[in-house]
Amino acid sequence: MVTGTVESGSLQTAIEWMERDTDAEPVIEVEGLNFYYGRDRTLSDVSVSIPQHGVTAIMGPSGCGKSTFLRTLNRMYEVIPGARAEGTVLFAGEDIFKLDPVTLRRRIGMVFQRPNPFPKSIYDNVAYGPRVHGIRRRSVLDGLVEESLIRAALWDEVKNELKKSAFSLSGGQQQRLCIARALAVRPQVLLMDEPCSSLDPKASSQIEATTRELAAELTVVIVTHNLHQAARVSDHVGVFLSGGVLAEFGPTKKVFEAPRHPDVQDYLAGRFG
Amino acid sequence: MTERRRRRITQAIAFCLLGSAGLSVLLTLAIILYFMTAQGSRAVSWEFLTEFPRKGMTEGGIYPAIVGSFCLATGAIVISFPLAVSSAIWLSEYARGSLWVRVIRVGVNTLAGVPSIVFGLLGLAFFVGVLKLGVSVLAGALTLALLILPIIIRASEEALRAVPTSFREGALALGATQWQTVRTIVLPAALPGILTGAILGVSRAVGETAPIMFTAAAFYMARLPRSPFDKVMALPYHVFVMATENPNYWRTKDLQFGTTLVLLALVLSLNLGVVVWRTGLRRRKRW
Repeated sequence: MVTGTVESGSLQTAIEWMERDTDAEPVIEVEGLNFYYGRDRTLSDVSVSIPQHGVTAIMGPSGCGKSTFLRTLNRMYEVIPGARAEGTVLFAGEDIFKLDPVTLRRRIGMVFQRPNPFPKSIYDNVAYGPRVHGIRRRSVLDGLVEESLIRAALWDEVKNELKKSAFSLSGGQQQRLCIARALAVRPQVLLMDEPCSSLDPKASSQIEATTRELAAELTVVIVTHNLHQAARVSDHVGVFLSGGVLAEFGPTKKVFEAPRHPDVQDYLAGRFG
Repeated sequence: MTERRRRRITQAIAFCLLGSAGLSVLLTLAIILYFMTAQGSRAVSWEFLTEFPRKGMTEGGIYPAIVGSFCLATGAIVISFPLAVSSAIWLSEYARGSLWVRVIRVGVNTLAGVPSIVFGLLGLAFFVGVLKLGVSVLAGALTLALLILPIIIRASEEALRAVPTSFREGALALGATQWQTVRTIVLPAALPGILTGAILGVSRAVGETAPIMFTAAAFYMARLPRSPFDKVMALPYHVFVMATENPNYWRTKDLQFGTTLVLLALVLSLNLGVVVWRTGLRRRKRW
């Protein structure tokens, strides 16, 4: 069993979270989603309902379409020429392909694999989203910046140097700045694409703690390679297998303890990935 | 002779050849600078820079030519820069990867290879003739603008493409429109490279004779231009005139070198200025 390999401290936390009430209204409903890069199909017939609030982890071996799935939800795949999605994705009951992508991305934020702060000050990074959406009042911006940095657990470290360049921060701080930047437009959903893959263990656990706290108020969908991280942080888990097939989806505890698909059993046991 | 020794000698010879090639470039520049300074400095003085030519241009200064060159270069960059940067933005941000981009890029590269005299004749036929601007600062500036367009487009496009995709994604994911992303994130990050292109363009425009000789340049003017529709004197054309058209050309040899020295100093200081500014901008960015 995979829980046998988790250190005891985090096992306790993991179980605690797993025992939580996980029945909630779906916020994102995906039905028959296929995805193509040119002629290659990278997602095949994916159907899933992502519940409101809490953390949904998306796992799977490299190249199985996890990131593609995530980038479909806020239509970020559209920046790649030749990428095409087919199927239905409902966000709060609305068809995302009929929404204006600008509106959609304001409501569904995203944090990327590598921290990508803008070459601006810490303040201007967080205020970027609100400014783009027309907020000019200094007092409102100040409030949003502080609130977002507090929610991303970065405020105490940077409150006296908001004018400093974002590049003066460490990698983990930069990633939390990117989380704060995404939160500043007050999204309902936060997509995280392997947010810890370029960070050290300490910075990773800070991001995980932040993620857990955020999950109380918004829906987090996190792509991760790390089984332990998924077990610690998520309420629901989806496992993609090669070919972009969503082989398993359910409450984290159920999936980890009794996966139905034999390949998912092997994957969770660490036999490939 | 052992194999090892032979390889070491081969290497030494190769280094010598490559080193002397590099050195010869430096030497050429040094020789040019030396002769320009040695011959030109005899003519250059405060009066030379601030007075009009006298006595059939065998005495006096080159003030109107300096002013004329300044007007032409400023006009050229003011016309060319917005057009070039807009095209570069379109090529790199909006039309990326499409067939049009490839077609236009071939066009831009061809334009960059067209000899400058062809631009001069085009300017004469189109701006001076068809548009009836006459031989004027405006016609010359427009002609020079066309000449430096491909230089600025290419430099700007490269600078824009060098901006990391992750910046664009970060902005788009926050719900910024593409234009907001370009204006607030991509353009500021690409600015140093775009400025380099602009200054290369200005340097080129200041030094060219062929595009302005039919479109803007005056043999001699007793006054400064009063409007964009006036003719002007210009530094490179002034040198050309003194060296070829003047029956007393041997008497103006010092003046010719002096004018060339001023031209050279102008171009070098423009380049140096931007290099310093750009280094400042670059120090702030780290990615």
